[in-house]
Amino acid sequence: MKYGTTLAMTKIKPRQTKQSGISHMKSTKDIAELLDEPACEHNKKEKSGCAKPKPGASAGGCAFDGAQIALLPIADVAHIVHGPIACAGSSWDNRGTRSSGADLYRIGMTTDLTEQDIIMGRAEKRLFHAIKQAIDTYSPPAVFIYNTCVPALIGDDINAICKSAQERWGVPVVPIDCAGFYGTKNLGNRIAGDAMVNHVIGTRDPDPLPLVETQNFASLPANIKVHDVNLVGEYNIAGEFWHVLPLLDELGLRVLCTLSGDARFREVQTMHKAEVNMMVCSKAMVNVARKLQQKYGTPWFEGSFYGITDTSQALTDFAKALNDDDLTERTEALILREEARVRKELEPWKVRLKGKRVLLFTGGVKSWSVISALQDLGMVVVATGTKKSTEEDKARIRELMGEDTVMIDDGSPRALLKIVHDYKADILIAGGRNMYTALKAKVPFLDINQEREFGYEGYQGMLELVRQLALTIESPVWEAVRAPAPWRFAETQSMASLPSSGVANG
Amino acid sequence: MADILKRNKALSVNPLKASQPIGGSLATLGFNRSIPMLHGSQGCTAFAKVFFVRHFREPIPLQSTAMDQGSSVMGADENVREGIRTIAEKSRPALITILTTGLAETQGADVHRNVREFREAHPEFADIAVVGVNTPDFTGSVETGYAATLTEIISALVPNAKDAGTYPGKRKRQVNVLANYTLTPGDIEALRDIFEQFQLRPVFIPDISDSLDGCLTDEDFSPVTIGGTPLSEMATLGDALATVVIGPSLIKAAEVLEERTGVPTYKLDHLYGLKANDALISALAKISGHDVPERIERQRSQLQDAMLDTHFMLGQLRIAIAADADLLNAFVDLVQEMGAEVVAAVTSCNVPLLARIPVATIKIGDLEDMELIGKANKVQLVIGNSHAVDTAQRLGTPILRAGFPLYDIIGGYQKTWIGYRGTRQTLFDLANLVINHSHEEIPVYRSVYAQKPASELTDYPLSCH
Repeated sequence: MKYGTTLAMTKIKPRQTKQSGISHMKSTKDIAELLDEPACEHNKKEKSGCAKPKPGASAGGCAFDGAQIALLPIADVAHIVHGPIACAGSSWDNRGTRSSGADLYRIGMTTDLTEQDIIMGRAEKRLFHAIKQAIDTYSPPAVFIYNTCVPALIGDDINAICKSAQERWGVPVVPIDCAGFYGTKNLGNRIAGDAMVNHVIGTRDPDPLPLVETQNFASLPANIKVHDVNLVGEYNIAGEFWHVLPLLDELGLRVLCTLSGDARFREVQTMHKAEVNMMVCSKAMVNVARKLQQKYGTPWFEGSFYGITDTSQALTDFAKALNDDDLTERTEALILREEARVRKELEPWKVRLKGKRVLLFTGGVKSWSVISALQDLGMVVVATGTKKSTEEDKARIRELMGEDTVMIDDGSPRALLKIVHDYKADILIAGGRNMYTALKAKVPFLDINQEREFGYEGYQGMLELVRQLALTIESPVWEAVRAPAPWRFAETQSMASLPSSGVANG
Repeated sequence: MADILKRNKALSVNPLKASQPIGGSLATLGFNRSIPMLHGSQGCTAFAKVFFVRHFREPIPLQSTAMDQGSSVMGADENVREGIRTIAEKSRPALITILTTGLAETQGADVHRNVREFREAHPEFADIAVVGVNTPDFTGSVETGYAATLTEIISALVPNAKDAGTYPGKRKRQVNVLANYTLTPGDIEALRDIFEQFQLRPVFIPDISDSLDGCLTDEDFSPVTIGGTPLSEMATLGDALATVVIGPSLIKAAEVLEERTGVPTYKLDHLYGLKANDALISALAKISGHDVPERIERQRSQLQDAMLDTHFMLGQLRIAIAADADLLNAFVDLVQEMGAEVVAAVTSCNVPLLARIPVATIKIGDLEDMELIGKANKVQLVIGNSHAVDTAQRLGTPILRAGFPLYDIIGGYQKTWIGYRGTRQTLFDLANLVINHSHEEIPVYRSVYAQKPASELTDYPLSCH
């Protein structure tokens, strides 16, 4: 192979830096530690961590999938997937999360290991040079290396490679040891969070506060105390966080970093200096919030920006956690103003959506945060998915929907469709993977997970949500696909149009 | 003829290649009541599933042996057997393929042995076809994975003529069609129509036009494919008049079929362009003994007219193509027939066909390679999958989306490329891309001596037009 000869000239010996006697794969102990997450309510029940997948009857991604999804939105980093083609080849360039500038994260990079690399033990060497190539071509502020099954199995020491690459080229190279077989997507999220805490956060102090020239930002008040905060688990899907960010600016909350939507490496580095962290709408990276509290004493709270009620609650919680009277006062005023504005704009939509019946099938926190958003609109949530919900989540659901609410654990397509039919739901709101289940069954559908193309966060996002809801519920296509073909239609028509049935119906 | 430039860099940037298990899954999905199970960790399947769902916009049956830490190290034989049993019990499919991944192959899996063990342990599932295929992602691509899987399925399910008592021509209208991965559901439908005009009954192996064509059925949900080639057809292949194989990647599969059945094989590289379709129509006339129907004659002259109309835009156009070998070969023939130049040809892995593709060089590489070669050769139009859209944007050229995956357009999976009609539409599409892309106008020039009003001296960006 040609590259073998070119590589030989540079005479690198990554193996020299390897510490002897260290296992290269994540040990069962490492994985057990990650699965044991004291800040996650699942820990308290027998269902600690996540259930073992069943061969032949499993769905969902792997640890690599989870880790990549969690960190890919860091937009200026070179994200290299170390493995043969299937890992990156089938998954790169999944749009959704958006960046306000840097776009290196959109460039797919993989070592694309070959049979020869694996047999001859050249995968590590390829990785080392891949890192160099990424640095030479794109000059990124950092390189993230995602480990996958094959290199984990053949014993590639990615920690050592990253370390020696970093020493050699003076660019941070962060190992994310997330081979798919380690476990589920959720575990992968935690591995990703862990890597940030261990390798990135705390390596730089924040920039001094910029002088805000208020005449250029008419909406920003002068002479207010600015507080530093982080958002963990906010992915800026379709740019939806930009509905919320202007409000935080107005309140004087400087977001050091959102992990990881529209983030930059230099922002992640400073996360340790925040006064408070908000866990946004997801338990996936709760280990980051917990470890930042352990290491730096930063308090954290959990919240969501979906729906009017929850958005207001999140802003209130910031003010409460920061314990600043002036901020509390301004937050209250902002909430009053925004709620009044958006409720007025929602009025015409509420008429159209009022009383429509929704089957909501999403995991965890979203199961209750979206309920309040839908109830704000006067819609009826007939059932909700609770597969990933904690006991605390379920308690909140009962509070919102009443004691005898239907909670769905079985998320199989057949079970979902049965509930749609039994409870006469007008629409199924779920993740993208259920979209074609719904459409095949001729049921209106709204995508609520990360692959969607519209942003629903904040007060403004509610307007997008209602627009999308009305678009699908009111579409004429449903009637068109449900009606029988014209030549069959004639038979049913002649029966329905009998005078007697007309009278009976009247 | 082509000079093949091998991969010479460590990092694959913006990969073109999709994996062998993807190809193997696609081949499987063209059989009725089938389900592929990837032997690897859960992610292997989840990624493949998302890949297909985004392309076809259909629910895709796909399972996993869900290898975990323990089975990756200690052996995953039980995962394979348990996986087959679970699928067999739950869904009672007609066909399960076990497609290996890099993880399973690196570990040293032997799925063929696992299938035998399952057979011995579970005679109650003897009616379910189970076929193991080696499709590690560290070698080959969609094309090779698809071909390997089809070959294994034919080997496993087509009986010897002697044992089964079949003989060529027993079914006087049947023609077997081995369809490669480049044929979309729309293509296969069009091809069926062409065969039927010659009073022939084509049996497509496989037939994704029946399983992945976006058809709404009365069933709400099915855990296995609805539609596709029924497995019962495999026993009839030996009775056909002829076999038509489309795509050089399927030659091995065709050889196995001919060896088993003695049915004569007609080899076609592809069905893009006037010449290629002339070859198809001639073959069908010969096989059927019928004259070419008037309707087809008319479509041929329509294509000729379109070739005249579009040669103004396509002649001498500098084109970059990134695709697996069979598809690359088809597009090279098509655009060269129109007088265009292929200035960058990039493919994902080395196969024998490459050597006879009529271009100067073919680069085995990724979309970055296409970008660099294209830039150096001043490319004017790109042909590639949805991943190449950003590449084309950086090159400042329009793009014709083709191949796998197509996720940023609706209905890409069913576009009809083949036949006289499909070719005509492709030519129109190419020509429209060129005439609607006006970025190669002469740039605006402003004299420093000009007496322009001050308002025009600001630094605002110029409009494209």
